[in-house]
Amino acid sequence: MAKPSRRGERLIGLFLLGCLLFNFPLLALFNVRETVLGIPLLYAYLFTAWGFVIALVAVIMERTD
Amino acid sequence: MLQGWVIVTASFGYIGLLFAIAYYADKRAAAGRSIITPVIYSLSLAVYATAWTFYGSVGRAASDGVGFLPIYIGPTLMILLWWFVLRKVIRISKVNRITSLADFIGSRYGKSALLGGLVTVIAVIGILPYISLQLKAVSSSFQILLQYPEIVMPEKGGAVAILQDTAFYVALFMALFTIAFGTRTLDVSERHEGMVAAIAFEAVVKMIAFLAVGAFVTFGIFGGASDIFGQAAQRPDLARLMTPFGDSQVTHASWVWLTVLSMLAIIFLPRQFQVAVIENVDEKHLSKAVWLFPLYMLAINVFVLPIAFGGRLAFPAGDVDADTFVLTLPMAFHQEGLALLVFIGGLSAATGMVIVETIALSTMVCNDFAMPILLRWKWLDLTRRSNFPALLLDIRRGAIIGVLLLGYFYFRIAGEAYALVSIGLISFAAVAQFAPAAIGGLYWKGGTRLGALAGLSAGFGVWLYTLLLPAFAKSGWLGIGFLESGPFGVELLRPDRLFGLAGLDQITHAMFWSMTANIGAYVLVSLLSRQSAAEHSQATLFVDVFTQTGERGRVWRGTTSASALQTLLGRFLGPARAAELFRAYAQERGHESIDALEADAELVNFAEIQLAGTIGAASAHTMVSTVAQEEPLGIDEVMTIIDEASQVIAYSHKLEEKQQELEQATASLKAANERLQELDRLKDDFVSTVTHELRTPLTSIRAFSEILHDHPDIDPAERHRFLGLIIKESERLTRLINQVLDLAKLESGHAEWQTAEVDLNEIVTDAVSATSQLFKSRGVVVEAHATDRVPKVLADRDRVMQVMLNLLSNAVKFCPEGKGRVQVRLSEEPGGVRIDVQDNGVGIDREHLGVIFEKFRQVGDTLTEKPAGTGLGLAICRQIIDHFGGRLFVQSEPGRGSTFTFTLPRIEPAAAAGLAMGAR
Repeated sequence: MAKPSRRGERLIGLFLLGCLLFNFPLLALFNVRETVLGIPLLYAYLFTAWGFVIALVAVIMERTD
Repeated sequence: MLQGWVIVTASFGYIGLLFAIAYYADKRAAAGRSIITPVIYSLSLAVYATAWTFYGSVGRAASDGVGFLPIYIGPTLMILLWWFVLRKVIRISKVNRITSLADFIGSRYGKSALLGGLVTVIAVIGILPYISLQLKAVSSSFQILLQYPEIVMPEKGGAVAILQDTAFYVALFMALFTIAFGTRTLDVSERHEGMVAAIAFEAVVKMIAFLAVGAFVTFGIFGGASDIFGQAAQRPDLARLMTPFGDSQVTHASWVWLTVLSMLAIIFLPRQFQVAVIENVDEKHLSKAVWLFPLYMLAINVFVLPIAFGGRLAFPAGDVDADTFVLTLPMAFHQEGLALLVFIGGLSAATGMVIVETIALSTMVCNDFAMPILLRWKWLDLTRRSNFPALLLDIRRGAIIGVLLLGYFYFRIAGEAYALVSIGLISFAAVAQFAPAAIGGLYWKGGTRLGALAGLSAGFGVWLYTLLLPAFAKSGWLGIGFLESGPFGVELLRPDRLFGLAGLDQITHAMFWSMTANIGAYVLVSLLSRQSAAEHSQATLFVDVFTQTGERGRVWRGTTSASALQTLLGRFLGPARAAELFRAYAQERGHESIDALEADAELVNFAEIQLAGTIGAASAHTMVSTVAQEEPLGIDEVMTIIDEASQVIAYSHKLEEKQQELEQATASLKAANERLQELDRLKDDFVSTVTHELRTPLTSIRAFSEILHDHPDIDPAERHRFLGLIIKESERLTRLINQVLDLAKLESGHAEWQTAEVDLNEIVTDAVSATSQLFKSRGVVVEAHATDRVPKVLADRDRVMQVMLNLLSNAVKFCPEGKGRVQVRLSEEPGGVRIDVQDNGVGIDREHLGVIFEKFRQVGDTLTEKPAGTGLGLAICRQIIDHFGGRLFVQSEPGRGSTFTFTLPRIEPAAAAGLAMGAR
């Protein structure tokens, strides 16, 4: 397990990343009529980014080194 | 066709299963083997996903694409900060036995009953729309399902009589169900493990149901998500939803505000506070929840967009409410079983929310609203009653029924004017009003009770005006003119365009104004008002919870007895439980029995905290103070405290002074040490110089003696000359040693002085005549300008004579032979007598003037010129003159001669008298 303080710092870093990913102006970039594998780009982006953030949290919290 | 009894039986079967799970969990908890694991804790947090998520998200997505997502992304972001914020809240709540959000805020601001009550009122009113949303969802889904396989939208709620309204029965049924669920016993810790387990199970059910219908729509009706989106892209009104920012309802501002709103809701919704904080059994569970719970939200939202688009494609006429797509799509495609599963899933989402929300609200209403009022009514004499637990339970049961009925009436009044999500957002905005007081209270010690009251009132007032009243107005319950032209026709006060702020959607508009008013009032009033002692100690307790040891901050002074406290606790918790608690407390402190306990501040605190777990902090404080009369701080005691404080201050001042003294002593010691080292060095120099000066004549003597010894046949004239030299060097040696001894005596103060009145005129005359032979032999003229009009001085005649002789012999030494001229002048000056010895010799270089009075300093090139003296004469002279209080100094011009001058002070009359007396 990472040291609690490092863990806290990483979570805050991730929070800031999340604020960036799920906010303007970054969202406007994906607000276009494109599709990825048939799925509108904006939808694909939001869910992928969301899953990415959750995966990172899981890694931060569950790491046992 | 699905018969009504099938649906009802399935529903009750499902509810029965919930009871079984809760029963099992409670049994396990009672046996000390809690089934609450990190996973169950995470799943219980999913009570966040209600009928709103289950039915409403699809409805929202069908009208503005991704507009439903901030509600889930906000919590995902917030949860990253939970590690700091929620962990602190949990720790504080455990330490203080907080039972609800109202308790938390009231407790933070000095255990204020008023504040707790206000929070309760805001929470109950604010949550009503949210509860009505659940009732609406369940009743309409029931009505739709009853019509299977026809798809008929239910009639408007207001159109049927109450007794024929499904929603009314749903409300009653849920109230009874919740009462049976949450208020069977009075738990001291206010924790309900059975409920948590059931909620976790419900989370799984609603997830399975939603994923099932999602998979059916996506892969059963259509050929995968890309097929749905592909077909939708052909329709302009649907294609628009794929890029919703800009050309749809979703503005940047509303996206951001919804995110912020849901970030606050995930903490301050009463039910979220209940499951996340009150029901938390171990802080460590958080570390799993922070990623499992967002993962749950992600999973339950994956199929929202496909279902929404699928519904729009399947019902192109638009006569089917998008909020019902989740149910109507399986029905339209004749999936009877799936439709029933969806109904059960929706039921589980709604019941989960209603159970936890109403339990949390009933705890608030009981502990923070009813109790403080009841306890103040003296005629009820509640403190004497013994059936308190039963009374508490009754209050809670009443609160649950009341909240659900109010929710129902809200549904009848305003429920039909909005879609599900819009109804829910009104509640979100209400609970967001708790954020400034609660978060401010966590990190800012300066927040005061008045500030919190002002902030909450202002925020809630704006919320009422900008969100709740328009909701009533839109449903026709209030005149619509109030909305369109403002109250009394004042346009500026239009509730949806307050002060002319247009262009924002309703929630964004309301959030901006309410948060501005709330935070502004909280901070401003906090800054302007003062904290009481109790507020201050609670503020410290909350803000510094992680840095505190077990010590409680509160000052308690008063008198009571342990048995009185135990009796009090017994009335609320039951005598057996109270005795058990006290026994455990006594054992912890090493006492044999309860009788040994002293009713000190610590015990009073202990009792208060135990009581707080049941009836809330404010009420517990009131109750304990009925038996433990806390004496108010008198002016005398305040003075004593101030006195003690000033003593401490005085003491520290003293310490400071002492330190300064020490520093000074150190500095002078240091200086003395430096001086000693300097003296030591001087001594070494002196010894080495003396040794050198002694060796020179000794070497000469030895050399001539050796010549005489080794050459017995040396010429007698030569021998005579050598012997003369030996004698001369010996004399010089003797003189040197005498002078060194003399100087040593003078310097050490051991010299013998024979002080008497001395006539300087006589000394000058004597000195000149004593050296006249020397002057004659060198052909130097000496003139003495003596006068007998000078006063006598107090001195040692021999010593002054020594000085005179020294100066004269020096003068003759440096005068040119034959042309030399030395003048001695005696004169009177203010305060004493002055003697000048002037010569016309070589003079002294300016650079040497300062050093000629030092030991062994001889002016001139010592390498080429034979030293003409010992180098000690002037040093001795200065010592002598200094001793008598005079001065010896020299003025000189190179090539034109030097003037050595010394002064001696005249005799003071008193000293003369003293001397005369001593002489007698």
